[in-house]
Amino acid sequence: MRFKWLIPAIYILFLLLPIYWLVNMSLKTNDEILSVFSLWPHNLTLDNYRVIFTDASWYSGYINSMIYVTINVIISVSFALPAAYAFSRYSFVGDKHLFFWLLTNRMAPPAVFALPFFQLYSSIGLFDTHIAVAIAHCLFNLPLAVWILEGFMSGVPKEIDETAFIDGYSWPRFFVRIFIPNIASGIGVTAFFCFMFSWVELLLARTLTAVNAKPISAIMTRTVSASGLDWGVLAAAGVLTILPGTLVIWFVRNHIAKGFALGRV
Amino acid sequence: MATITLNDIAHCYSGPSDDPDDYALKQLNLAWRDGGAYALLGPSGCGKTTLLNIISGLLIPTKGRVLFNEQDVTSRPTEQRNIAQIFQFPVIYDTMTVFENLAFPLKNRGRSKKEIDPRVIELARMLDLEDNLHTKACHLTADAKQKISLGRGLIRQSVNAILFDEPLTVIDPQLKWQLRAQLKSLHKQFGFTMIYVTHDQTEALTFADEVVVMYEGEVVQVGTPEALFERPEHTFVGYFIGSPGMNIVPCAVDGDRLRLNGHEIRLGQRYPAPPPGARVELGIRPEYLRLQPPDRDGLSVAIVRVDNVGRHQVARVALGEQLFNVVAADLSGLTGDRASLVIDPARANVYVNDQLYRGATS
Amino acid sequence: MIAKQQNQKAWFMVLPVFLLVAFSAVIPLMTVVNYSVQDTFGNNQFFWAGVDWFRNLVHSERFHSAFLRQLLFSGIILAIEIPLGILIALSMPRRGWGVPVCLITMALPLLIPWNVVGTIWQIFGRVDIGLLGYSLTALGIDYNYTQDPLAAWFTVVIMDIWHWTSLVVLLCYAGLCSIPDAYYQAARIDGASRLAIFRYIQLPKMQRVLLIAFLLRFMDSFMIYTEPFVITGGGPGNSTTFLSIDLVKLAVGQFDLGPAAAMSLIYFLVILLLCYVFYTVMSNIGMESTNHGGS
Repeated sequence: MRFKWLIPAIYILFLLLPIYWLVNMSLKTNDEILSVFSLWPHNLTLDNYRVIFTDASWYSGYINSMIYVTINVIISVSFALPAAYAFSRYSFVGDKHLFFWLLTNRMAPPAVFALPFFQLYSSIGLFDTHIAVAIAHCLFNLPLAVWILEGFMSGVPKEIDETAFIDGYSWPRFFVRIFIPNIASGIGVTAFFCFMFSWVELLLARTLTAVNAKPISAIMTRTVSASGLDWGVLAAAGVLTILPGTLVIWFVRNHIAKGFALGRV
Repeated sequence: MATITLNDIAHCYSGPSDDPDDYALKQLNLAWRDGGAYALLGPSGCGKTTLLNIISGLLIPTKGRVLFNEQDVTSRPTEQRNIAQIFQFPVIYDTMTVFENLAFPLKNRGRSKKEIDPRVIELARMLDLEDNLHTKACHLTADAKQKISLGRGLIRQSVNAILFDEPLTVIDPQLKWQLRAQLKSLHKQFGFTMIYVTHDQTEALTFADEVVVMYEGEVVQVGTPEALFERPEHTFVGYFIGSPGMNIVPCAVDGDRLRLNGHEIRLGQRYPAPPPGARVELGIRPEYLRLQPPDRDGLSVAIVRVDNVGRHQVARVALGEQLFNVVAADLSGLTGDRASLVIDPARANVYVNDQLYRGATS
Repeated sequence: MIAKQQNQKAWFMVLPVFLLVAFSAVIPLMTVVNYSVQDTFGNNQFFWAGVDWFRNLVHSERFHSAFLRQLLFSGIILAIEIPLGILIALSMPRRGWGVPVCLITMALPLLIPWNVVGTIWQIFGRVDIGLLGYSLTALGIDYNYTQDPLAAWFTVVIMDIWHWTSLVVLLCYAGLCSIPDAYYQAARIDGASRLAIFRYIQLPKMQRVLLIAFLLRFMDSFMIYTEPFVITGGGPGNSTTFLSIDLVKLAVGQFDLGPAAAMSLIYFLVILLLCYVFYTVMSNIGMESTNHGGS
């Protein structure tokens, strides 16, 4: 078993190679990409990144993505908190069915909902707004958030609630002052997964936007079909979409394993 | 079966170190007689489990040697030491039946079915597990699971020793007694060396012939339950054993005279003069103190509080600044808030810098 | 299990979530049901079509082949990703600097937008500018995912392994980390071999997370759309046209709302069925562990 470390090492290499290749291409000029095959950029250039940071049609995509992801995370976590509390502490008519029904939405293929969503949001005048994408992503993120938070809340002993009520706390004050700090890491994990699923989803985001709220990833697909050739800029845009995820992982690295350990993804 | 000798053992989890404070286990020498029932007693974090894991080979000590019958096994892996160990929480193989669980250690050692089957059935009968032999182990209660863990230890007849790491922690109090009694009878029957780690003095004192008391990584006393009670070698042992623990109060000793808060008491022994500047204390068990009505002989004390503890009473009395616990069957004869305290001189121990101070009988 | 307090007012806490999800789920679903039983010749004129669309679909060659392709794809994915994930999780370090390194790099692919994953592999696999395509061609292997169905499948499968194996790894790793040390120590004392430790300790303890990993991977691979769409667009021919891709082609490309809606419903029902099995099995296992763990 002395060479056990080789397995994860090879796997990580396999994971990093395509990403390296993307970074490599983003630092080359388009000419170099197409003319010579090289393992590293010979004429290192940041021009591709400059294009993205100066062209509004590019960088607005990032801003749009950030806006709707943030809205989605806020909605998901704040709506899911009381609901998860109810599921973890009380039994009420239809609770099990409701919980199951919520989860089925996590399993719904976005492709099924793409067209009806388009019609629904067009008819109520929300088409091409950030809030539309944020709400559409709630379809799978809210059930997920309820599920993860319920797991964390069930781990908090009921005695904490009871003690607080005996000490004269009102429910809202207890919830904000005592309960939420108790499940802080759970909220972090939930926010992480909501961020993750909202950030990586494209089908709904693309269907529900045209110009004003178009996400970066959708702009990338458009550029491929329109110019088709500017590989360097495309690669740079791709690299920039990886960065936010990396940053988020860095911040929650100590909690991820715990979130996974609960078996609730 | 074997005599187990620990030779200058010390362990530090972060590797060899020059700072003695880094050591979870300070240097110690111990010998465990073949067939003895030992308890390792001490508060959480005193190094009991570390010591146990060194014997079983789950840990290799930073310093020193482990000998089984004069044979050095320090670097031998657990599976070659022929040791059984039972952990705090029941460890069972969930997917196996009780039978398969018990047979597992023998099967791993390549024993034949003909040899395994009767042995498992016999053991299951002794542990009252025979009705459940073919149920999945994960469906049993915590105490039955712990019995399986125990059974996996007992199944190999040739083990050198069985080590218990607080095995009754998760068991209900009534069942605890039952299991402990079962353990004792198994010990008599098989004659294994047993080492039992616990932080519960009752458990240790009822189980063991000899108790090893540990405190902050050091062995402070090895002795029979009586010795630990009568003559604790260290003030910690005095505190830790007994309920309530030993009264330990500052005093001065001069020959066979003890000076306590301005009073003088004659001791049963004559002590050499303690080194200057040393901390001298009197240690006396609450059981060896007596309270009399205030008009009789003794040290005049104030009664602070009297508690009923089961069949006896515990009085807390103050001699000036010093507080004493006194255990008595019945204190109803005392009226008022003062009494006379009588100290049994033969039972009084003197401690210098926490160590028992020995004198000569005068 | 602790008995929960009966409290109907708890509904008020759940209500916001219920309304929001209902808004996003029920209304669109109604639209789909509505379309699935009607026909249109444009101009917003609809005719009752009954269950015709469903009947057509169940007998359509195109749906059958897309469905089979989908099953084959999910099957291959699971057969590779689950054992590979277990293997990697088993050999990951338990402590030290290697742990955060592994966790962070392995979580990385999970956080890349799905179409960027597609783009990365589209570039990586190209024979002219991609490392993979170029190397394979240099080794004399005839590889071109835009023309050869086999190469296209290979690319999509490798991409999915790249993208999602980490999820299995992280779940298994979490499962492994939750096994108390005492189990390994007891196994050493019992003289268990490495294989026996895996078979009798690690595998049973990973059962729960493995089930979750299995079903998540099954469902997500069953719904896959973006990545193969970016890489191959469903081609060459229809060789990588999975259910979702076919559905979007039908609904958005050809604007055949009726058949697309009927297909959506069948598709959704299949997943719902799986979801039900998933939920039942999950809660049974959960019950078992609380019943026997707590006593």
